[in-house]
Amino acid sequence: MLLIHCPYCDDTLPELEFAYAGEAHIARPEDPSKLSDEEWRDFLFIRTNVKGVHAERWRHINGCGRFFNALRDTVSDRFLTTYKAGEARPDTTDLEAAV
Amino acid sequence: MTTYRVNGRGRVNTGKPVTFTFDSQTYQGFEGDTVASALLANGVHLMGRSFKYHRPRGVVTASSEEPNALIGTTRAGEGRFEPNTRATMQEIYPGLTAESQNKWPSLKFDLGAINDRLYMLFSAGFYYKTFMWPRSFWDSVYEPIIRKAAGLGKAPTHVDPDIYASRYLHCDVLIIGSGPSGIAAALAAGRAGSKVVLVDENSEMGGTLLSEPSVSIDGQPAWEWLEGAMAELDRLPNVTRMTRTTAIGYYHQNMIGLVQKLTDHIADVPDGAPRERMWRLRAKEVVLAQGAIERPMVFDGNDVPGVMMAGAAQTFLNRFGVLVGREPVVLTSHDSAWYTAFDMADAGAKVVAIVDTRNEVAQALKDEAQKRGIKTHLGYTATGTKGRLRVKALRVNPVSNGKAGDATHLSCDAVLVCGGWTPSLHLFSHTKGSLDWDPEAKVYLPGHKTEDVHIAGAGRGLWGIAAALEDGAKAGAEAIGSLGGKADVVAFEVTADRTGTGITQKELPTDRSAGKAKAFVDFQNDVTAKDIRLAVREGMRSIEHVKRYTTNGMATDQGKLSNMNGLTIASDALGKEAPQVGLTTFRPPYTPTTFGAFAGYHKGAHFEVTRKTPIDSWAEEHGAEFEPVALWRRAWYFPQAGEDMHKAVARECKSTRESLGIFDASTLGKIEVSGPDATEFMNRMYTNPWTKLGVGRARYGLLLGEDGFIRDDGVIGRMRDDLFHVTTTTGGAPRVLNMMEDYLQTEWPDLKVWLTSTTEEWATIALNGPNARKLLEQFVEGADISAEAFPHMSVVECTVAGFPSRLFRISFTGELGFEINVPARHGKALWEKLWEAGQQYDICPYGTETMHVLRAEKGFIIVGQDTDGTVTPQDAGIGWAIGKKKPDFVGKRSLDRPDIVAPGRKQLIGLLTEDPKTVLIEGAQIVDDPKQPKPMKMIGHVTSSYWSESLGRSIAMAVVEGGFDRMEQTLYVPDANGTPIPAKVTGTVFYDPAGDRLKVE
Repeated sequence: MLLIHCPYCDDTLPELEFAYAGEAHIARPEDPSKLSDEEWRDFLFIRTNVKGVHAERWRHINGCGRFFNALRDTVSDRFLTTYKAGEARPDTTDLEAAV
Repeated sequence: MTTYRVNGRGRVNTGKPVTFTFDSQTYQGFEGDTVASALLANGVHLMGRSFKYHRPRGVVTASSEEPNALIGTTRAGEGRFEPNTRATMQEIYPGLTAESQNKWPSLKFDLGAINDRLYMLFSAGFYYKTFMWPRSFWDSVYEPIIRKAAGLGKAPTHVDPDIYASRYLHCDVLIIGSGPSGIAAALAAGRAGSKVVLVDENSEMGGTLLSEPSVSIDGQPAWEWLEGAMAELDRLPNVTRMTRTTAIGYYHQNMIGLVQKLTDHIADVPDGAPRERMWRLRAKEVVLAQGAIERPMVFDGNDVPGVMMAGAAQTFLNRFGVLVGREPVVLTSHDSAWYTAFDMADAGAKVVAIVDTRNEVAQALKDEAQKRGIKTHLGYTATGTKGRLRVKALRVNPVSNGKAGDATHLSCDAVLVCGGWTPSLHLFSHTKGSLDWDPEAKVYLPGHKTEDVHIAGAGRGLWGIAAALEDGAKAGAEAIGSLGGKADVVAFEVTADRTGTGITQKELPTDRSAGKAKAFVDFQNDVTAKDIRLAVREGMRSIEHVKRYTTNGMATDQGKLSNMNGLTIASDALGKEAPQVGLTTFRPPYTPTTFGAFAGYHKGAHFEVTRKTPIDSWAEEHGAEFEPVALWRRAWYFPQAGEDMHKAVARECKSTRESLGIFDASTLGKIEVSGPDATEFMNRMYTNPWTKLGVGRARYGLLLGEDGFIRDDGVIGRMRDDLFHVTTTTGGAPRVLNMMEDYLQTEWPDLKVWLTSTTEEWATIALNGPNARKLLEQFVEGADISAEAFPHMSVVECTVAGFPSRLFRISFTGELGFEINVPARHGKALWEKLWEAGQQYDICPYGTETMHVLRAEKGFIIVGQDTDGTVTPQDAGIGWAIGKKKPDFVGKRSLDRPDIVAPGRKQLIGLLTEDPKTVLIEGAQIVDDPKQPKPMKMIGHVTSSYWSESLGRSIAMAVVEGGFDRMEQTLYVPDANGTPIPAKVTGTVFYDPAGDRLKVE
């Protein structure tokens, strides 16, 4: 079982308290009606599916209830870092080197 | 009865004899014996039959990797039979009942052994090749035979009556394995003051030391030193020792699953004592000190009872005081087995010979053998055994230039084999740590680590007690160092250590036809060297393919004995080095684990919660049948004497439509949406427009996913400008709240809105029927609920029977209807008051089934029944619920997606069977022409189907391709026998299409 750091509670807690919520940094378009069918399709369905560092959303659903973002290596299943919703994706060159 | 017990040897308590039965025969052992050691003390080697060929098999090891001696055990009390218990791990206790497996009619005479005679037919890939054709034979012939033959042992038939406990544990250093390296690590870490947990799967700690009493440590005999070390660890308050505790899996971030067996070794189990306890342990540092597993040798007849691992024989002798044979032959390629020969000879056995495949061994060993008068054969091979139920002789030949010479037979009653030692790295493999091939020793050793873990002793390929102690102490100190502490590296002085080396090899050379040799690699799955070579010849190149084709290493022992021999033979057949052929993956659990241990407390009523409404007890008292809806149990219908469900539902429907029905709707999800931006938030979330909905009014709300498909629905009341009372489907409340939170937190964090789950805060009672208002109005204070003042789709805060209430006028039945929300604690009291006063109207409680029928008569959908996650509002015929003028809402853009505007979508329509008495089956597929050739084109399926008492006929709803354009068409739906039932397409509102029944004055 993974340990996950909630950036709002500032506590590292068991995976059971959290729920996965899909890829991060996919903002809902300001005005969806302006998007072409292809652009809207990409927003709805197309995901990066990376082998390596993946930016993804988690919710501390059995805790504070907040959504936050995480960088997780999909190969090692390790969290590099977690950060609050709305913050930019951190540079993780150092963290990746450490893995 | 002959006894093979040796006076003065072993650690069993000879003062406490223990009687047990095996295959209905009574045997005696001593406290401290396992079933295996006790049977061996009685001269019994034959303990089972093999899986495929039903060959007689004896015990091979003295520990948890045992592949052969799997037994069924029956503990006192019903339901306490367990198959596939390893006889080497099961301790005996008075009254234990054990039986052998895979035999009929008896262990000594087994008819299934015919498979053994047909050995040449049952080669690798047999199942894939033989059962391919004819196709029709699969269901009728092959599968029943395979199913009957498949499986080890027999499955228990009773519910498991035992309790399984579950706990969490945290520590600084977890040490797995309590041999010399584990103990040294525990001493180092324990003395440094860290919180240490030391676990071992055996009933007592010591590991190899239990089998090596002649070694001396720090001037003390091994067992005295061991006793002192245990006493010291027990004195340290920061050290916990756990025996009979198997580390089954090594998971992320140093979480280890431990299964502790608590009562399987006790005759009189205290009431309520758990049988096993699963520990989920999180350690800062882990030391793996799991030792090494002895490798069998692969030669013809190597599975006959009496052929066993030399190290096991040494353990049976020194730990249990049992000679596994009086005239053993030792067959080895490692020095360790020479010491077994010496110990056996010293205990009174006549060791026939030591046969070593190596040409050279240390002079000191040869001297020791000579001193004891043991013959030695160096540079020899073994090419066969004699005996079927027990080995009688070993056939050996000298080897020169790789060729076996003339054979001689060595008469014996046991063959003690050692083909080298494999570091036990299963748990390390669970962490995805890399295993590096050591070409010198021809073993895999731990490489790159992914966790905070240290490996010590034989697991790193080290040999001898001194090396293990030193390495363990170092690992313990390293673990403390990683934690930022400092531990002294303890030094141990070891004398009479039995160091040694050895080699590993493929199947032994033979002078006979290798193709006919029954040289077993995997004892449990009956895989031979021939099978592995055949798999390579037939094109398997990776060890993963060889494994699956032959089933080598796929038995319950996960190939602990067979994997490395299989790999060596496969790589030889491929002409490659082992690492080029690969290594199969070890997975948890390390040894077979009971389902009970995994389930823990989560069984029966504790498997998942049962949510009950405040009115549930009333329903139970009034004879309701219940059905589960999500986690709720809901009253399904209220049968009266002599009624089945059909009759009860017909009566409940009739009463409600004609007079008055009362229904517990408390399970409806409820969410309060409040705050200055609540209206804007609702506009963005739901399809409907909310700006102009006045305070005190309610509206049917429809929620889509961003993909345009229906996710949920429910009536939403506006309590204030900044407060909406949102209801959701019974099962949908958590999903809807999660979705709302997601948008609010991550897309629109600027909106000032608060979301509160209020599902359990309110009890909700629905009153439906022409007399609903007449009953209700006498209880209402603070509101006028007359038809004019309180029209359909209204909500008001008032009191009902004195209870503060949010009162809705809404209808899910098509009748005049009210839903009264009162604080949950008043729910039952209000229900009882309404029930009492309602008697004058013959008030009728109804359940979910009647609710379903009444709503279906009106064509109201149930999300998740009439929709399935691919249905848009237009598909469901509720496009009217979309606020067309709104610039945006969740899912709006998707309603213009090409697939969603394309023709031929499945649309929700009504179906009326030609024969009004026939009720269609929900879920049944629909065709437009039942005479078309098979496979027929399915154009949809029935989503809801009921008998409608009000209409005196059946009704149904269905989703059908292009359904709206098929009105009046006849479609066909099969009944349970496949006979097509004709049904006409209609609209979905079957009852009171004009809605007149809502207009009761």
